[in-house]
Amino acid sequence: MIHSSMSRSSEIHGRSEISLTVNGAPRTVRAFPMERLLDVLRDQLGLTGAKEGCGEGECGSCSVLIDGTLVNSCLVPILQAADTSVVTIEGIAAGERLHGLQKAFLECGGAQCGICTPGMILASSHLLSKKPVPTLDEIKEGLSGNLCRCTGYIQIFEAVARAARQGEASSQ
Amino acid sequence: MIACVAATGLDEHSTMSKERIVGRAVPRREGREKVTGQARYVDDMVLPEMLFGGTVRSQIPRGRIKKISFAPGLPWDEFVIVSAKDIPGKNCIALIGEDQPCLAGEVVNHPEEPVLLLAHRDRYALRRAIEAVAIEYDPLPAVFTIEESELCSEIVWGADNIFKTYRIDKGDIDGVWSKADYIVEGEYSTGAQEQLYIENNGMIAAYDAEHGLTVWGSLQCPYYVHKALIELTNFPPEKVRVVQMETGGAFGGKEEYPSMIAAHAALLAIKSGRPVKIIYDRAEDMAATTKRHPSRTRHRTAVTKDGKILGGEIEFTIDGGAYATLSSVVLSRGVIHAGGAYSWPSIRIQGKAVATNAPPHGAFRGFGAPQSLFAMERHMDRIARVVGLSPVEIRRRNFLKPGEATTTEQILREPINLGKLLDRALSLSEYHSKKERFAKENEAGTTKKGMGIAAFLHGAGFTGSGERYLSSVVGVEGCADGGVRILVSSTEFGQGTKTVLCQIAAEALGLGYDDVSIAQPDTTQVPNSGPTVASRTVMVVGKLVESAARGVLHTLKMAGRLGDSYSVEEFRVACRSQVAAHGQLRSWSQYEAPADVFWDDQKYRGEAYAAYSWAVYVAEVAVDLTTYKVSVDDFVALQEVGRVLHPVLAVGQIAGGVAQGIGFALYEKVIWQKGRMQNNQMTNYIMPTSSDLPPIRVFFEELGNVHGAFGAKGIGELPMDGPAPAILNAIEDALGFSFASIPLLPEDIFEGLTGRALACESDITSAVR
Repeated sequence: MIHSSMSRSSEIHGRSEISLTVNGAPRTVRAFPMERLLDVLRDQLGLTGAKEGCGEGECGSCSVLIDGTLVNSCLVPILQAADTSVVTIEGIAAGERLHGLQKAFLECGGAQCGICTPGMILASSHLLSKKPVPTLDEIKEGLSGNLCRCTGYIQIFEAVARAARQGEASSQ
Repeated sequence: MIACVAATGLDEHSTMSKERIVGRAVPRREGREKVTGQARYVDDMVLPEMLFGGTVRSQIPRGRIKKISFAPGLPWDEFVIVSAKDIPGKNCIALIGEDQPCLAGEVVNHPEEPVLLLAHRDRYALRRAIEAVAIEYDPLPAVFTIEESELCSEIVWGADNIFKTYRIDKGDIDGVWSKADYIVEGEYSTGAQEQLYIENNGMIAAYDAEHGLTVWGSLQCPYYVHKALIELTNFPPEKVRVVQMETGGAFGGKEEYPSMIAAHAALLAIKSGRPVKIIYDRAEDMAATTKRHPSRTRHRTAVTKDGKILGGEIEFTIDGGAYATLSSVVLSRGVIHAGGAYSWPSIRIQGKAVATNAPPHGAFRGFGAPQSLFAMERHMDRIARVVGLSPVEIRRRNFLKPGEATTTEQILREPINLGKLLDRALSLSEYHSKKERFAKENEAGTTKKGMGIAAFLHGAGFTGSGERYLSSVVGVEGCADGGVRILVSSTEFGQGTKTVLCQIAAEALGLGYDDVSIAQPDTTQVPNSGPTVASRTVMVVGKLVESAARGVLHTLKMAGRLGDSYSVEEFRVACRSQVAAHGQLRSWSQYEAPADVFWDDQKYRGEAYAAYSWAVYVAEVAVDLTTYKVSVDDFVALQEVGRVLHPVLAVGQIAGGVAQGIGFALYEKVIWQKGRMQNNQMTNYIMPTSSDLPPIRVFFEELGNVHGAFGAKGIGELPMDGPAPAILNAIEDALGFSFASIPLLPEDIFEGLTGRALACESDITSAVR
């Protein structure tokens, strides 16, 4: 049996209870204040839709919304998310019914390998919440913090434009 | 009632109009999981009692290991520690050869070479411990460039630093120079390129004596990993199981290196008796794993005053890094593509892969072809300039035509008309009118615009006799519930493998797309249908799926359970009753080389590929002479890839490949220092963002292909070949200055234009007789 004295002692001393709302439900976690929101979501809450691509806020694959603002959850200490409302990809669909953006990503080929997709959909949702009918340049700008290596972005732009046209985003 | 369109032995071309599923944009098979965040990648998987594993790596490029010490103050007894001595079988990552160790024993041959493995249940403790291991060395001299390796003043691999050479001789090249009106020379080079899949590499291994070893991971080639683990552990094949998890991009970068990570996780799991997860962070992934081979290509071409190529010599050299790994096959593809889409009455191509003390370079989309085709397509523009013809006309006069022989003396049987393809691309891009307009506008102002083209080909499937050796096997089974399941080791990592193979089986069986499923690649469940590489999946594996599916149909018909015409429900009933009566219903199909496809390994000659895809790409660029930044303002990608089986996925493959090609040309520069990548972060290794890319306009011609499923050819790698030369050709059109190396960053353009890099122009030694 292997024990870590380091982590055991810190379990006793360093962790605090932190409350927040995640995908509409109140949650309480025990975490170090500087633990990354990304790790808390993935390891403690089992919400593995947010992915770590770079760990330094470049790729956007860990994107989530905090009180409606798009953030890279790899750069957010959990303490900063205390008493906020966090939305992850798991909170985007309404039960079995896909969000308009999710449908549009499927139809337009916006998801290939899928690793950037959760972050890309959250960034798109954030964009449409600010600009319900964005221009192509606004879409490009709105997604420029989210890297995709598969698609060349073209079909992602189409997906966002389609979702905007269908007005799904505004009705959600 | 659905009329059955897929009776056994039907000629697919005659039924094209009747096809119901192939050619349609059906939903991506695993798409819902991907857009909802439910898709399971390796880092999303947690096993009970799991430890985290990490790798202690060499800090120097080459040397003897003197001593390994563990800093005091850490609870080292809590860590599982594995060194080369713990390896039960061979200390190598078995691939083509066995020269790459799993863990360095006495010597290290490149920076970031794995030396020691650690595992601990706390990943933060693990990270601190890796930092606390110190390795002392007796350093040895190292080489870092192709030129240093060629000098052989230091031998770092084998007898002469050479992994592999190839030579093609066609016609009387030595007699051609005296007949030439012009002899055009040029030297071109390409840099390393990181695959930069957004999901870093990762593996989980678990071991117990009863079940043996299982690894789950992000990977392209389950049976490559399987083979490597057997050599490493000496376990019997049935005690090694490899399962592919959802894989977040690969592009070749998860072809060979996953075997290394699987081996490491396996050693830790065997030693500890607990599951071990190894997930690289971005910095480790970029510094330690493979990249595209840097290359140097020299051209010397004999041309008539009419612009007809009489013959040429091409020297193609790649830097393979410290171990042989896949360099010989990358070299082979590069050599065969080096002459491009042109007719060469005579040619000599000499290819060479050399060793340096950098981490081994490896598979990356295109696999040698983007490097040699970059040179060919830049060189065509140079020839055009020397002869006084346009880039369009020089190509038109030299295009390969049906009935002519390629550089390996393969007679071209495909009815491709490159001149027509070129015309359509020029028209779609408004090439001529824009070129004329830019020439006028460029006289004033600080933004210079230009148009550039590249015409090229890409061979689908393994090179030469590769497919013959692979002898891939595919299975299709009828299930107890009446559905059908495809059994292949071909992996999905974004390209659409699962979707397209399901379309092919459904089409062949006369079923609906949703009646067919596909097994997750797991070596205990699926046969070895070869690696998922080389643009081979749809053409080669797809054809086998089609034939295995027809085998299922044949069995049901022979058993009297199905007539010539049937409904989906009748099929399900027949399938269920056959499974109930016989326990299972499985049909296997194995690759056999078509009679007209033969390659001579000894002479390195013959049918290099069963089919080629063809393309003409046109780039429109603007160069800002204040910042020296290049923007690609429009990009037309026109290709002939056989039958397009899924229009949305096909466009996605091309647009994504073009984006990577634009990165290869203009953004992605690996900064090396003593064999180690210095900019191993996404903040300083720059790939294109959504703001950097032009509209990528994708068009297809569809000629069909007798060798592929429903007429398909390879598609995945082709779009990597054309963007870089088209863009550099456009930059030359804009500036009147020729650049010969990529990546081409603003500072390179600045230095070129301000005369600091005279080498750029001085190598244009076009001798006019």
